[in-house]
Amino acid sequence: MKIIALAGNPNVGKSTVFNSLTGLHQHTGNWPGKTVSNASGMFKYNNKDYKIYDLPGTYSLISHSEEEEVARDFICFNKYDLVIVVCDAVCLERNLNLVLQTLEITKKVIVCVNLMDEAKKKKINIDLNKLSNILGVPVVGTSARNKNGINELLNNLENTNFNPIEIKYDDKVEEAIDILLPYLEDKTKDLNPRWGAINLINYEESLYKKITNYLGYDLLEDKIIKNQLIYIKEEGNYNIADSIVKKAEEIAKEVVTYENKNYKQKDLKIDKITTSKLFGIPLIIALLMVIFWLTIKGANYPSDLLFQFFSYLEIHILNFLEFLKFPQFLIDLLISGVYKVLTWVVAVMLPPMAIFFPLFTLLEDLGYLPRIAFNLDKMFKKCRACGKQALTMCMGFGCNAVGVSGARIIDSPRERLIAILTNVFVPCNGRFPTMITLITIFFVGINGNSFLSVIILTLVILLGFLLTFLASYILSKTILKGVPSSFTLELPPYRKPQIGKVIIRSIFDRTLFVLSRAVIVAVPAGALIWLLANLHINDISLLNHISSFLDPFGKLIGMDGVILISFILGFPANEIVIPIMLMTYMATGNLVEYESLESLRSILVNNGWTVITAICVLIFSLCHFPCSTTCLTIKKETGSLKWTLLAIIIPTLIGIILCFLINNISNFI
Amino acid sequence: MYLCDMKVGNKAIVKKIVANDNIKRRLLDIGLIEGTNVECVLKSPFNDPTAYLIRGAIIAIRKEDCDKIEVDII
Ligand SMILES: Nc1nc2c(ncn2[C@@H]2O[C@H](COP(=O)(O)OP(=O)(O)O)[C@@H](O)[C@H]2O)c(=O)[nH]1
Ligand SMILES: [Mg+2]
Repeated sequence: MKIIALAGNPNVGKSTVFNSLTGLHQHTGNWPGKTVSNASGMFKYNNKDYKIYDLPGTYSLISHSEEEEVARDFICFNKYDLVIVVCDAVCLERNLNLVLQTLEITKKVIVCVNLMDEAKKKKINIDLNKLSNILGVPVVGTSARNKNGINELLNNLENTNFNPIEIKYDDKVEEAIDILLPYLEDKTKDLNPRWGAINLINYEESLYKKITNYLGYDLLEDKIIKNQLIYIKEEGNYNIADSIVKKAEEIAKEVVTYENKNYKQKDLKIDKITTSKLFGIPLIIALLMVIFWLTIKGANYPSDLLFQFFSYLEIHILNFLEFLKFPQFLIDLLISGVYKVLTWVVAVMLPPMAIFFPLFTLLEDLGYLPRIAFNLDKMFKKCRACGKQALTMCMGFGCNAVGVSGARIIDSPRERLIAILTNVFVPCNGRFPTMITLITIFFVGINGNSFLSVIILTLVILLGFLLTFLASYILSKTILKGVPSSFTLELPPYRKPQIGKVIIRSIFDRTLFVLSRAVIVAVPAGALIWLLANLHINDISLLNHISSFLDPFGKLIGMDGVILISFILGFPANEIVIPIMLMTYMATGNLVEYESLESLRSILVNNGWTVITAICVLIFSLCHFPCSTTCLTIKKETGSLKWTLLAIIIPTLIGIILCFLINNISNFI
Repeated sequence: MYLCDMKVGNKAIVKKIVANDNIKRRLLDIGLIEGTNVECVLKSPFNDPTAYLIRGAIIAIRKEDCDKIEVDII
């Protein structure tokens, strides 16, 4: 089996190429930093087996951030048979840097110039043959999204025509390399000795450590090498890095011709609006509101339909179980416990998720997210954090665990931790429907004014943003002290999203995945609630015991014991909080006929809910401990129990304080 | 004149970069070295960061990093 690595700058279509080769569905998105860890897949071509790795994007082999390090390490130290360096045809010059750097490490390189369709549209011509002649390796032009050129890429996998150019540095550097080379030749194992020499001259600590690790010994412990290097260094500075950039510039001049020098103007015109003083920030809020409005408007009706369908089905299942002569105890457990929670999770959660997630993915595909980061960066800088945190927050809307691992795109470990610890203030796709349901059934009513719901929801989300800034600022001033580090962010061109594909993929990959997780949790949780409600001690059910134990504390922060039980049981999946809450209320005695969302409201009101209760529950679902998956991800990403605990404590504490204040101030009024 | 002093629409050539190694490497990644052509294309709503057209890509850079890059307007 042959091993292939897909490398390239961020956002050039590596994952798209990967998908078209393997037929898998690795997530793609129009912003730098979508892929932050290695993914692998297999495929067969001409009866040969290939294993291919989709690496995170990297601008160069000198890494700065965690995700780039993943890619760098793979290219420098892993065993593979071929590297495909994917390039952006529109921006070939910069992409050639990585190609040239890769050629210094291995000669087994195929250059895949992707996005040829975009280049064509912008009237940029690229002479691929000439490029191949200059580089000395195969070059293939592709438009991976339309699967153009993929066959040619496949046909070249066995091409072994590698005579890569050697990058000549200036004389001084070449002399230094010549001095070192003889001593390195038998010392660098299967690393290219010339590359070893370059790295000794152009010492970069983290890469040098990795080389030492790989070899098993420190090259500088060799007296001769060390002395030669000292001698070399006496000659002053060596300008190594610039040479590659200049070489790339030179090659690009040879092979790229622009028929229209102003091809950027169209994008820039849009950007002048999306990043303007007047519209930049309002547009972000307006777009959020449109998405919320579509979600709320679109979710009510299907939710109600699902409710009706499930209660219709319930009667038949009940009859069937009775027909099978199931014991009454088991029927109750299955129907009143498991079935009810399960179907409620689906009815309440599925419609908003299935609308919200695709909408958000469209925005992502369009290329708007980096503009949000650009517009908000100054605020993050004020909080001594990184503007890319805005991107991790956007990912948090989908899933906080993804937001947390997405924080790898942030270079500075300090700023990355801040992004990780505060990500939970963005409600994920699992909590988001909870909020919508609460707002709909409590504040607005199912047939109420959905614009009012949108306003309330937006205010809650903005509160989340505010808390993110506040928490980031406080963290920067206390346990994560430091100044903001440097930051560069690429604004990719806008791209027309593939609407059909986005909808299908986000429903299948994300919505159903998340929902199935919720369903898996809902089954035991439903059974547990039913058992607790039906096992009695001193004539009072266990559930009542527990909820009355938690009640005083719950009441103190504007909620009650049942609500707290639901949040705790929702730890594995936030989606089940509302269904569990309603179930528990019903199990604790106040039975209500439930056939629609409207009837859910009466359950809440009958159990003593006021407007203040609803507000507190809203706030608490925004600010409480992250779900179990997110906690595990935080542990994995930070490698520390301390930070994981902090990620749990910070939002929970803030949530408790806010609810306490709201409750008490309202009592006062 | 420094990169951060450029107005939207200005074009310039980078004369000197006096930043620390960390920033320098980041800039090197995007192809920003001495002699590179840059054009200032966008200011964000709060005036910082600013986006520049560098070797065919639009890159946002913060003021703190820009004011270490000396340029000649062309
Ligand atoms: N027009 C066009 N868009 C493409 C092509 N290949 C990828 N894209 C889009 O470019 C964006 C980035 O792609 P992705 O595969 O996520 O890039 P990666 O970051 O390198 O993995 C996505 O929005 C893709 O849909 C192509 O050949 N033509
Ligand atoms: Mg990718």
